[in-house]
Amino acid sequence: MSAVIHEHDHHHDDHHGPAKGLTRWLYTTNHKDIGSLYLWFAFTMFLIGGLFALVIRAELFIPGLQLVKPEFFNQMTTLHGLVMVFGAVMPAFTGLANWLIPMMIGAPDMALPRMNNWSFWILPVAFGMLLSSLFMDGGAPNFGWTFYAPLSTKFGPPSTDYFIFGVHLMGISSIMGAINVIVTVMNMRAPGMTYMKMPLFVWTWLITAFLLIMVMPVLAGAVTMMLTDRHFGTSFFDAAGGGDPVMFQHVFWFFGHPEVYIMILPSFGIASAIIPTFARKPLFGYASMVYATASIAGLSFIVWAHHMFTTGMPLAGELFFMICTMLIAVPTGVKVFNWVATMWQGSMTFEAPMLFAIAFVILFTIGGFSGIMLALAPADFQYHDTYFVVAHFHYVLFPGAIFGTIAAVYYWLPKWCGRMYSEKLAKIHFWWSIIAVNLTFFPMHFSGLAGMQRRVPDYAIQFADFNMLSSIGAFGLGIGQLFFFYILWKTIWGGKAPKATAQVWEGAEGLEWTLPSPAPYHSFTEPPVVK
Amino acid sequence: MAEQHNPNHYYVPAQSKWPAVGALGLLLIAFGAATTIQQSTGHVQSGVPIPGWLILMAGIGTIIFMMIGWFGNQIDESITGKHNAQLNHSYRYGMLWFILSEVMFFAAFFGALFYARNLVMPWLSGDDVSTHDWLWPAFENSWPVLTTPDGKTSTTQMLPWGLPFINTVILVTSSITLTIAHHALQAGKRSTLNLWLFITVALGATFLFLQAHEYHEAYAEMNLTLHSGIYGNTFFMLTGFHGMHVTIGTIMLIVMLGRCLKGHFTNENHFAFEAAAWYWHFVDVVWLFLFCFVYWF
Amino acid sequence: MSKQWYKSGAWLAAMLFSAGAGAETQFNMTPGVTDNAHRAYDLHMAAVWICGIIGAVVFGAMFYSIVKHRKSVHPKPAHFHENTLVEIVWTVIPVLILLGLAIPAVKTLVAMEDTRDADMTVMVTGSQWKWHYKYVDADGKDLSDIGFYSLLSTPRDTFENYGGKTTEKSETYLKEVDKPLVIPTGKKVRFLVTSEDVIHSWWVPAFAVKKDAVPGFINETWTKVNEAGVYRGVCAELCGKDHGFMPVVVKAVSPEEFQTWVADTRTAMAEAKKAAEADVDRVWAMDELMKKGEEVYLKNCSACHQATGAGMPPTFPALAGSKIATDKAQIPDHIGRVLKGKGAMPAFGAMLSDMEIAAVITYERNAFGNKTGDAVQPKDVKAAR
Ligand code: HEA
Ligand code: HEA
Ligand code: HEC
Ligand code: CUA
Ligand SMILES: [Cu+2]
Repeated sequence: MSAVIHEHDHHHDDHHGPAKGLTRWLYTTNHKDIGSLYLWFAFTMFLIGGLFALVIRAELFIPGLQLVKPEFFNQMTTLHGLVMVFGAVMPAFTGLANWLIPMMIGAPDMALPRMNNWSFWILPVAFGMLLSSLFMDGGAPNFGWTFYAPLSTKFGPPSTDYFIFGVHLMGISSIMGAINVIVTVMNMRAPGMTYMKMPLFVWTWLITAFLLIMVMPVLAGAVTMMLTDRHFGTSFFDAAGGGDPVMFQHVFWFFGHPEVYIMILPSFGIASAIIPTFARKPLFGYASMVYATASIAGLSFIVWAHHMFTTGMPLAGELFFMICTMLIAVPTGVKVFNWVATMWQGSMTFEAPMLFAIAFVILFTIGGFSGIMLALAPADFQYHDTYFVVAHFHYVLFPGAIFGTIAAVYYWLPKWCGRMYSEKLAKIHFWWSIIAVNLTFFPMHFSGLAGMQRRVPDYAIQFADFNMLSSIGAFGLGIGQLFFFYILWKTIWGGKAPKATAQVWEGAEGLEWTLPSPAPYHSFTEPPVVK
Repeated sequence: MAEQHNPNHYYVPAQSKWPAVGALGLLLIAFGAATTIQQSTGHVQSGVPIPGWLILMAGIGTIIFMMIGWFGNQIDESITGKHNAQLNHSYRYGMLWFILSEVMFFAAFFGALFYARNLVMPWLSGDDVSTHDWLWPAFENSWPVLTTPDGKTSTTQMLPWGLPFINTVILVTSSITLTIAHHALQAGKRSTLNLWLFITVALGATFLFLQAHEYHEAYAEMNLTLHSGIYGNTFFMLTGFHGMHVTIGTIMLIVMLGRCLKGHFTNENHFAFEAAAWYWHFVDVVWLFLFCFVYWF
Repeated sequence: MSKQWYKSGAWLAAMLFSAGAGAETQFNMTPGVTDNAHRAYDLHMAAVWICGIIGAVVFGAMFYSIVKHRKSVHPKPAHFHENTLVEIVWTVIPVLILLGLAIPAVKTLVAMEDTRDADMTVMVTGSQWKWHYKYVDADGKDLSDIGFYSLLSTPRDTFENYGGKTTEKSETYLKEVDKPLVIPTGKKVRFLVTSEDVIHSWWVPAFAVKKDAVPGFINETWTKVNEAGVYRGVCAELCGKDHGFMPVVVKAVSPEEFQTWVADTRTAMAEAKKAAEADVDRVWAMDELMKKGEEVYLKNCSACHQATGAGMPPTFPALAGSKIATDKAQIPDHIGRVLKGKGAMPAFGAMLSDMEIAAVITYERNAFGNKTGDAVQPKDVKAAR
């Protein structure tokens, strides 16, 4: 069943070329196949999650309830959050890790290829279960992606149990994926590829994987306690038996805050790969980038209760979490400044990956600014659970995580499929998205500040204008992403796209660009020499 | 096939059906478990015409099938020397990081225990004046919480110096005996290995037996149950998940014993044995924490 | 023209209407009417300015670079990629800026959390989907006899615009209640916030007060209102289906008016009590019960059990055809369920009078196709309490 690649075995290509048909994908142990599976899965989930967002936005187009019942609205909000976070962003990043890490560190494949396949195939299973809850009696989970007790325990719909086990499965998948990344990075680097020579994408993913291993089990613990509270008579989240509903929030956010950095660190790595390439100038402050990423990850474990300023924590707790949260601006600032310094005195061109990377830096920073505002507890009493928060996290998530992914796809697509995408179409995609994303999410700052609370299907008249703008933007944004699919389809399967060179980008540096385009099925069958 | 140890060779496994089987197994388990629970509440989910436990069992069966197939595959590859040193390293790192994730799973429950004990109890009993005076005026702080704040359940404390202490001794001893077995394996003393490994398995089984006895006593005589408020909750969740891990560890050791008897493993190459041993030590360390914070202090 | 066209026309009209009727658009946080709200506002504005300036500097540098260091203008890139001094500078400067923000933030927070020396205390209890206010004391005088529920008073018809229906929506749409909380200006009012079921959050933007109502715990917060007026807020924590329909309205009046209000409320309560007793003594006719019952039902029960009695199974059971509402032998259970609640069904014993409960039960037993003919009398309810 298995074989070893021999130095002198010239048949290994046919031996290890992709199998044919469905089993190629179902049984694959190849990091590129698995990477593609992850990426397409993520894109599908992104469209589904986006569709839920469009239901939300359609209902919020004008005041009054026009389309959906409030209980269904809550299901849409919940599923939108869950699908985007666990179904779109995380798998997209794992897909990129699969494709890129072996190529970047000079390895033939991931360290544990069979487990790699298992991590992937758990995902469709988990999301099949989660989405099937839409068709169950009592509907899908309706308590927000944060599923606070007791709304999710005593008051959750029957499908909550399917949700709980679905989360367990996603957790197993993420943990295995993370173990694979860490082991690959620790053990599969080509000779000479020391830690401080690794591309930043590898570094950020290494740290992301560490975060995943630390926090996904805690999420599993949280849903397990939920399950026993629901059905086995425990009272972890019920004061009558000596528990505390707020304890749920502590456990959740101990996972949840590092989780938001899980959703941004790989994008940092992507920007750190793309900006030097198109500035034709080495990344400024490589070492400080590594330390900054590590500091962000370290701090992420001690800031979680900034989501809970209004829960009535003791004053000392509020002060501690406020100060720690503010500190995160320092290493993040270092990263932003380093990117600007990389561009400074460079010789820049603005192909699609660079455009998305620049937009990422700017819009993420804007999201970071609102994050710092939220961190100020007395002001957060006003912001909390309003659309200001929604604006904040969409600025760090859409132009952050999603633009990062899109930039990565444009940047590495020629390496993956051997063909160049159409620069003209990609530029249209970019400008369309950048306008739509701001039209959708910028007005939310205003409606939030003016007092519109989150997770409501209807709102007071005073917010009507902002909501209408957001809704129009949202539909535009959605169309823009369908257009992205069209560009991808045309490049990969359209047949007419021009062939890409190995180097692809004039300024690109790194091991992946030494491989031909498309990259061979097994990236490096022999360890490359790293200077 | 000694040349596999040449670092210039990378090992890449061919396609395998086991991961896909495993995903199917997990689906059946998760769906079956949720359906079983739902059906037990009287809400019968439409569209699931068969009892959930059947699905659950099918899932467990599938996973066992997968494990036999996948591990069998691994063992074959290992014995025929297809694994190289690098792959062995990957397995080791993988196992260690997996154990870290297990540590964090227990950390969630220990976190709940400390939070409830050091923050919630004082709040309910008067540190938080309004909460106490208005909502739980009769509640007094103590750990363990023998009467819940609503006064509806009362229970008794599980004292550390009886059975739990004996169990501590058993587990610590088993870690030592396992280490002896490991040294014997490295030294190539096969019969010593088999003996000490057998003793370790026996100790593990004894631990489980005593634990079951303790549970029985708690339920039958002490009214200490999963339902008896936060003390019972944390007690049973922590010891229960620990017990589950001991069970898995014991099964792993039994498999290792079987393989040792069959003459698998070499003095240098015995990753599976080491992984099982690490797991066992991890379970042991968790127990020491349990003994301290669940039973003792 | 087909019906569809008609519908979309209605939609368009609704759209234009709402856009036109838009209130004076508010972009920013309210400065509020309490010292704490002013402080929160000032902190917010300080943060906005600081972020704006940092943004201008960082993005300014970036755009300068984009313009001047593009390949067409600057074909030869520099090669520097390290400078420890610069790195230190841009680590230290943000730390200093953050300190500048942290100091006022800490001060404000400490002031906001100081609930000592209150003049007056009110207990605020959230439940799905209404607030209950109970006055504890004021200036050392016991007020604990005063307490009431506060429910959304916008009729459901106004916001349930399914199928292209349009309705007129007022300026205070979704933010009006039947009985607002009344507090005096110039007094430090302490709120004890808690909940009966899930977590809610009591929020009045003008006071910068937002406190979660956690079941089983009491959170404290306070306010001291400087200006009389009506202040509107909402429930700010997802609490289930009607989370968006759980407004908070606070009326701040001068201390003298507050005294008058207390006296008036007491008189009204005494009268209501007398009337309720009279109601119990009287035997009610079927149509009287049905009329009152429908009113009570629509206000209190239809959010869950729906106006049609169809409920939303499996979460909210249907009452139409339900055994408990049709079987004569189960009348006591029916009364008991409404009085005492069960699981997610709230207890209405404290909220509704004997007459109202009798009426609503009669209504449930004779509406939605339940044709039992049973008339439940207030005295039956009283006996069951
Ligand atoms: C990718 C995801 C992501 C990222 C990166 C962040 C980044 C940050 N977030 Fe965000 N956050 C979310 C996703 C994310 N967040 C989500 C999903 C929620 C809502 C969850 C829910 O309730 O559903 C949330 C909610 C949230 C809250 C809770 C709000 C509430 O509910 O009341 C807070 C409060 O402190 C917060 C703070 C921050 C901070 C301080 C950062 C910082 O990391 C930002 C740091 C960056 C910068 C500051 C910009 C660059 C820096 C400089 C240019 C240097 C100079 C700057 C200064 C000196 C100010 N976030
Ligand atoms: C990475 C994460 C991510 C992303 C990308 C998005 C993307 C979007 N989100 Fe996001 N959102 C969250 C994460 C994310 N969101 C989270 C975590 C929450 C909190 C949930 C909670 O409160 O619990 C939230 C909540 C949230 C709300 C608040 C809901 C509420 O409080 O009730 C709103 C409201 O406008 C919203 C809107 C949008 C919009 C318009 C987009 C747009 O970007 C979407 C763009 C549209 C598409 C991409 C659709 C394209 C598809 C089609 C056009 C149809 C074709 C379909 C098929 C073929 C199937 N989101
Ligand atoms: C917050 C939601 C909610 C509101 C408001 C509500 N109910 Fe209920 N009701 C429920 C739920 C949930 C149940 C199911 C309780 C259970 O059996 O666990 C229920 C059950 C009942 C039942 C028993 C039905 C059966 O078949 O077992 C009756 C009768 C009833 N409600 C009457 C009323 C009346 C009268 C009102 C208003 C005065 C009302 N309810 C308001 C949620 C609500
Ligand atoms: Cu009550 Cu939201
Ligand atoms: Cu956070």
